[in-house]
Amino acid sequence: MDYFRAVYIADERSHRSLSLTTEVIHLNAGNYTVWHFRRLVLEALNVDLCLERDFIDRLAVRNSKNYQIWHHRRWVAEKLGTEASERELEFTKKILDLDAKNYHAWSHRQWVLQALGGWQNELAYCDKLLQYDIFNNSAWNQRYFVISRSPLLGGLRAMRESEVGYTILAILANPENESPWRYLRGLYQGETELLVSDNQISEVCLKILKTNQSSVFALGLLLDLLCYGFQPSGELRGVIESSRNLEAGSADSNLATSICSILEAVDPMRSNYWGWRRSRISSQVC
Amino acid sequence: MDELESDKHVKYILSIEKKKDDVEALLMEHLRINGAYWGLTTLDILHKISAVDPEEVISWVMKCYHEDCGGFGGNIGHDPHLLYTLSAVQILALFDRIDVLDAEKVSIYVAGLQNEDGSFSGDMWGEIDTRFSYCAICCLSILHCLNKINVEKAVNYIVSCKNLDGGFGCTPGGESHAGQIFCCIGALAITGSLHHVDRDLLGWWLCERQCKNGGLNGRPEKDADVCYSWWVLSSLIMIDRVHWIDKDKLTRFILNCQDKENGGISDKPNYAVDVFHTYFGVAGLSLMEYPGLKSIDPAYALPVDVADW
Ligand SMILES: [Zn+2]
Repeated sequence: MDYFRAVYIADERSHRSLSLTTEVIHLNAGNYTVWHFRRLVLEALNVDLCLERDFIDRLAVRNSKNYQIWHHRRWVAEKLGTEASERELEFTKKILDLDAKNYHAWSHRQWVLQALGGWQNELAYCDKLLQYDIFNNSAWNQRYFVISRSPLLGGLRAMRESEVGYTILAILANPENESPWRYLRGLYQGETELLVSDNQISEVCLKILKTNQSSVFALGLLLDLLCYGFQPSGELRGVIESSRNLEAGSADSNLATSICSILEAVDPMRSNYWGWRRSRISSQVC
Repeated sequence: MDELESDKHVKYILSIEKKKDDVEALLMEHLRINGAYWGLTTLDILHKISAVDPEEVISWVMKCYHEDCGGFGGNIGHDPHLLYTLSAVQILALFDRIDVLDAEKVSIYVAGLQNEDGSFSGDMWGEIDTRFSYCAICCLSILHCLNKINVEKAVNYIVSCKNLDGGFGCTPGGESHAGQIFCCIGALAITGSLHHVDRDLLGWWLCERQCKNGGLNGRPEKDADVCYSWWVLSSLIMIDRVHWIDKDKLTRFILNCQDKENGGISDKPNYAVDVFHTYFGVAGLSLMEYPGLKSIDPAYALPVDVADW
């Protein structure tokens, strides 16, 4: 450390300095001043950055949550340019294989796609991760990133129909999974009328409530639909009312109020939220 | 129910300064000023800031200052960075000694890190993250120098990081994460721009972060961790939705993460304590108005009697 301090203060941009930074980084990869100095040295010595990339490859597995390493990696990749894209995607994949929710890796990956390209297989990659763990919110987020930003897919609207189908299957497989419920709403962002009028949405809620009357996410989405003006079928009404009768006996003024009462009972930790939702139901709502 | 072991936490925080040779000290060396800020703020919330000598702290903080550029490093001899510049300014505010600064110079350093799209870099190397937007805006607001940046662009950049769940990520398209949400909401609150937030949608997402054990997580399907008591609660307070979580359960979770023997609070029950989680736990309790604690400002992350500029 003292040797490093000496060359740092003398601003000695030499091979000796480079290996001293390597040593210090091995002791504490979080020391950002050392990384800064290393970049100055790399620039001065005109080092082949592919070698630097190998160096980070070796370090990253042990330090995958270290901001400095990721930033340094980006600096290197940026200098290497578009041909680095594939390697970078492969690198983040390696880290995500170990921790599929690593925030830095996802952030780097999004930057690589946007700055260097390589979108071709990204939707398939999201699918692969979701098949492995359908609860992975990071992979759902990446999926939304791809369908809304990939230059190859035509954007959210073009993707909506197939994505709704995909998401509904995920919901049916694991109704307690928060992510696909939010993703489904996101597919209709800013277009609530479409959300309300698409029968698939209310049908998936009904299907789930038939087997589990207290599904928080199904009830929550149904509540939103009703608040947006959705007209429920008799069957749907029947399912809610029968579960409401199990809960209490009192009559509610409308279906949305019943749903809130059920939610207050089955999700007691958030009963204030559901109580607030109930207080906001307008008289026009079913 | 457990109680808050205030005296032991004070003792723990004061003891950290003394052990400078172990591995933890080495790993913390470059962000010592950050640790100092969290430790000192915790002491203040616990009404024990008088246990440290202000002059000693202030002269050390000023040794981390880079006169040439106006930024602060994480420790003596470390390069300037926005993260540590904010910590330095917060520490000086804590002692009501902003006057030792050349506010003009510091604010020029901070303002110089704003990019064309309104985002902020952490330092001259250009890493961009909404964390840095918060650091810059909080810092400049404390220095009364927000007019040095393009606030409108800064706000628009943050808004561009909003996601379908109402939360915010580190860059546009980045996954919502409670820590990033705190930064974005804090920056929007300080600049009077909370109308850009869908409070009900975000509030619901944030209260969904409460797990069965009462603790809060930072993203869906992650474990509860004491630090999110701060990031989530402060955000909920800023958008006026904190009553949507179960405070009793959260209080119990935090108290259960205390080291009742040697003081300090850990991220999860029975894990090793550290100064950061000690702050997050104590500050979280303060936000929930736990008796005997100073109240803390959710946007500036400083006690409210300090944050009254
Ligand atoms: Zn934590």
